[in-house]
Amino acid sequence: MSTITPTRPPKTGEPTGRPAGTGRVGGGLFDPRQLLASFPDAIRKLAPRVMVKSPVMFVVLVGSVVTTVLAVRNPGDWFGWAITAWLWLTTVFANLAEAVAEGRGKAQADTLRKAKTDTVARRVTKTGEERVPGTELHVGDLVVCEAGDVIPGDGDVVEGVASVDESAITGESAPVIRESGGDRCAVTGGTKVLSDRIVVKITTKPGETFIDRMISLVEGAARQKTPNEIALNILLASLTIVFLLAVVTLKPFAIYAGADEQTSLIVLTALLVCLIPTTIGALLSAIGIAGMDRLVQRNVLAMSGRAVEAAGDVSTLLLDKTGTITLGNRQAAEFVPVRGTTAAELADAAQLSSLADETPEGRSIVVLAKEGYGLRERHQGELDGAEWIEFTAQTRMSGVDVGGRKIRKGAAGSVVAWVKERGGTVSEDARALTERISQAGGTPLLVALEDDRGARVLGVIHLKDVVKEGMRERFDELRRMGIRTVMITGDNPLTARAIAEEAGVDDFLAEATPEDKMALIKREQAGGKLVAMTGDGTNDAPALAQADVGVAMNTGTSAAKEAGNMVDLDSDPTKLIEIVEIGKQLLITRGALTTFSIANDVAKYFAIIPAMFAVAYPSLDKLNIMGLHSPESAILSAVVFNALIIIALVPLALKGVRYRPSGADAMLRRNLAVYGLGGLVAPFLGIKLIDMLLTLIPGIG
Amino acid sequence: MSPVLAGVLQLLALVAALGLSYRPLGDHMARVYSSEKHLRPEKWIYKAIGANPSVEMRWPAYLRGVLAFSAVSVLFLYLLQRVQGSLPGSLGFVSIDPDQAFNTAASFVANTNWQSYYGEQAMGHVVQTGGLAVQNFVSAAVGMAVAVALVRGFARSRTGELGNFWADLVRGTIRILLPISVIGALVLVACGAIQNFSGIHEVGQFGGGTQQWNGGAVASQEVIKELGTNGGGYFNANSAHPFENPTGLSNLFEIYLILVIPFALTRTFGRMVGSIKQGYAILGTMAAIWLGFTALMMWTEFAHHGPAFDIAGGAMEGKETRFGIAGSSLFSVATTLTSTGAVNSFHSSYTGFGGGLTMLGMQLGEIAPGGVGSGLYGMLIMAVIAVFIAGLMVGRTPEYLGKKIGTREIKFAACYILVTPALVLCFTAASFVLDTPANSMTNSGAHGFSEILYAFTSGANNNGSAFAGLNADTQWFNSTIGIAMLLGRFLPMVFVLALAGSLAEQKPVPETAGTLRTEKPLFTGLLVGTIMIIAGLTYFPALALGPLAEGLAA
Repeated sequence: MSTITPTRPPKTGEPTGRPAGTGRVGGGLFDPRQLLASFPDAIRKLAPRVMVKSPVMFVVLVGSVVTTVLAVRNPGDWFGWAITAWLWLTTVFANLAEAVAEGRGKAQADTLRKAKTDTVARRVTKTGEERVPGTELHVGDLVVCEAGDVIPGDGDVVEGVASVDESAITGESAPVIRESGGDRCAVTGGTKVLSDRIVVKITTKPGETFIDRMISLVEGAARQKTPNEIALNILLASLTIVFLLAVVTLKPFAIYAGADEQTSLIVLTALLVCLIPTTIGALLSAIGIAGMDRLVQRNVLAMSGRAVEAAGDVSTLLLDKTGTITLGNRQAAEFVPVRGTTAAELADAAQLSSLADETPEGRSIVVLAKEGYGLRERHQGELDGAEWIEFTAQTRMSGVDVGGRKIRKGAAGSVVAWVKERGGTVSEDARALTERISQAGGTPLLVALEDDRGARVLGVIHLKDVVKEGMRERFDELRRMGIRTVMITGDNPLTARAIAEEAGVDDFLAEATPEDKMALIKREQAGGKLVAMTGDGTNDAPALAQADVGVAMNTGTSAAKEAGNMVDLDSDPTKLIEIVEIGKQLLITRGALTTFSIANDVAKYFAIIPAMFAVAYPSLDKLNIMGLHSPESAILSAVVFNALIIIALVPLALKGVRYRPSGADAMLRRNLAVYGLGGLVAPFLGIKLIDMLLTLIPGIG
Repeated sequence: MSPVLAGVLQLLALVAALGLSYRPLGDHMARVYSSEKHLRPEKWIYKAIGANPSVEMRWPAYLRGVLAFSAVSVLFLYLLQRVQGSLPGSLGFVSIDPDQAFNTAASFVANTNWQSYYGEQAMGHVVQTGGLAVQNFVSAAVGMAVAVALVRGFARSRTGELGNFWADLVRGTIRILLPISVIGALVLVACGAIQNFSGIHEVGQFGGGTQQWNGGAVASQEVIKELGTNGGGYFNANSAHPFENPTGLSNLFEIYLILVIPFALTRTFGRMVGSIKQGYAILGTMAAIWLGFTALMMWTEFAHHGPAFDIAGGAMEGKETRFGIAGSSLFSVATTLTSTGAVNSFHSSYTGFGGGLTMLGMQLGEIAPGGVGSGLYGMLIMAVIAVFIAGLMVGRTPEYLGKKIGTREIKFAACYILVTPALVLCFTAASFVLDTPANSMTNSGAHGFSEILYAFTSGANNNGSAFAGLNADTQWFNSTIGIAMLLGRFLPMVFVLALAGSLAEQKPVPETAGTLRTEKPLFTGLLVGTIMIIAGLTYFPALALGPLAEGLAA
């Protein structure tokens, strides 16, 4: 029987990681205690050198310093102190958001560091072996690892085969096989050899190994602002300048209007901080870190934030057929008897002849006979005097000789030859059935019997690729999101078409060579599309590098991991879909909070403008539609709301806003309603509420 | 007929007329700017100025053309005014002072037409017709050229070439502005506007004494004043003057002229980017704001109560009886939402809210529908900003018309929206910090504040209308408003052309189901919201101290 040997242990059982229809990108974790734990970090981040990276929050910091100086010079003014305190809190809350986001990565980094304990490497020299610290290895060194050894650095196995425990990195406890040559030769420093002996050629300098990169990634140390984040920062900076102008020029206007006293520097600073987009300014970097973190929680390492952002923009997904769209192996789907044979007879013969076939396909025949045709499960030991013929790659047949009956099952060519050898004839029927199954993209296996009536074919087993459950729905979802899926397979176009239709992908690339893949990616990119793909083999590396989002499987070769901009530690190609969704969720969270932040300003004006000018122009008191108690309480309420909303939105920033795959229109309508209208209304309620609470404090009320 | 009903009927007639000309004019303009052919008179002009109209320009070259042409224009217009006293046909008027000559030159080249002089008492035929009227044509054509360059930026890919400035300038003048002006001038003359080169007449008044009446090529200048959204009147009373705007019908026709090109340019835009619907979405945004402002203006002017108002049927102070509240409100909204600045009534005399609406209209950036050309590019900049925020909310790097709005693009758009608020707020604040400027105010309190705020709002946004009341012919106002007009006109153009260049270099992103649909009503609504919030938030404190304080007190 000939089927492709999967190059990686296929993931079966879990079709897509989550049930279709209800599947959403879930949020990350958020625990309020993290806020407390990260507090010291937040204070440390007050250094101007750090703050200046966020123009909006830097303005708040300067404002806090200014009001502090003013409060100190006039220590009897409770209002000045209150504003000062809340401005400092605003700054600290912003840092807290970032610190919490980073804190989650730090915990993960600590776990990784444990795996990176100082290892001693057994380096191969001309004369034998020497023991050197893992940190002194060079690229090209050969090291020996035996059962129990921790592999000292990243490299490729050049000799031997071993089972390796990679749980330190992947969290997956089942050991994996690593062997020299082929696509399973890569080993990662920090993982542990469980059995046998391998010789590893070091491919990465100490300090730049996979685990080192992983640590710096999850810690956020290597974080650079992504293009979209920079663009958003520019927009926020320009809004900050506009509001700065509006507030600075307000002073001469106020003096002219006779409201000099009401527009003290403290009040104007408070107004400025309320107007500039502090909410998004405070949460922007936390959103970015949390986005990377959500990937890490799914065991995906993005080598750059740019790649995560690109994932949101992907418009073409290249998916390998085997393991991604279909289960790793073909399965028996149907027994088709030739004329003159019943289905039950065929099922019986197919079952018997497959008992000695330990391949997944063979086992699937036994399962089908039991589940589809109600045959009792039998075992090899039950039949006395039976001679079992095991499946081998040479004979491509398995079977059994028992009680004068010889039953064979196997590839069409082999079985036909076997029948003819025995003087039997192959009916036209069998040929037609074989043809039909091939046409439909399946693999036909023949079942033949030789008994007292001679050798003859009983029927055909229809083996087919089984599309994972829920894939069609996922592809429909992707289509609604505007993403085109292309299935990549080595199968012939006929088979490929059949599977593509069944799975519901938009297109397929049959008999695909690495060059074809590369050409396809370039073609899509030339049309302005962003392409995402997964890969694991060395021959995937150029395509992985070319794709906008290249997800390398952790089981893959170091070349593949080097070329891609993400690594999936679970080696689950289906995850590409989740990666796209996380990328989108990241952008949506940014947009939603920006909208919310800007919409908030309307209410703040209605709180502060009447507070400042109602004395000069009593008519402006009509703008106090919230009915705030006094000018001081109004301004303070706006400042308090402005600070508290940051803390209130930290969980949202870290978890990301709810994301449902849908068309752009529906998504925009929903987000505008929630964050646009919500952002307009929420502060009116919040400021009023805070004002009511403030008036309860003696001395204000 | 009640005045309100008359107002509604006028509005409907206006909408119908604009609707009728929308398609043919928009399509004509698209053809003009896409055509390969040069007309014979155009070839003569190219030969005379030594330009090759067929060579494609990248954005720096295009910008150099815009700036060089405008600099020469300012210089020419300045010199013309400075030597007026020695020119024939000057009706005996002397040369203009340096500061006022600079202000006027800047004003007309910047398509603002702020006037710190009295037309009938300062400018002769040569300056009016040979200097000012010429700028009315070419400054408008420059605005259209820049808008078309931005549209080409969206429409073209992988090139960076934005067309040829000289060809766009000449074609806009010869194939669009001139033909409509000829027809329009005839209509105005038919309505009773004057068109001659006669001198000054001494005319007796009913109450005794005499007054002076000037002749002049008024109708021809009036038509381009409205069509090119210039606004500089032949006479000081501008479109309130019966020689410029004699009847209710001519009034409606002038409003039509103000709005016709800016609205139709959205069709041109749709045609050139290959999607009429995208043009409709922009049109929808402009029309929604314009109709909203018109409705609010009529409401506040009609609904104002008090004994004097009730007798006059509304707030009639400062309005012409032949136009009434409706004709004046329609005009004032149209003129302030475009960069026209012509007036047929005194905005200073409007109710507090009414005056605030005229200011807010300009402060939105004059994009609904805005000046010829400048309205379209201003609106497209706002669309870029709206797309940026909304695009994030659909989970993609924002894109508009198949072009990514990345760091470079948002940088130019962000700079664009900074320019006018910075000019308006800083110059207004400076006027209150310094001692002398405030002496120019006629009123005190909130209304006096409005006078100065209005002046800089009008100058920096290239509107040119005056609130009336402010004595702007001082060195301070002549110089600062002159600077505000030039920077408010040409700095944004720098950013627009840079943005256009950056867009034209990109390769297009194909549209998918995940793309933000910018041709849908939802986007139009979002765009209106973005404009109102961004402009509203910028100017809210200043408006509160002027028109809002006044309006709420009533």
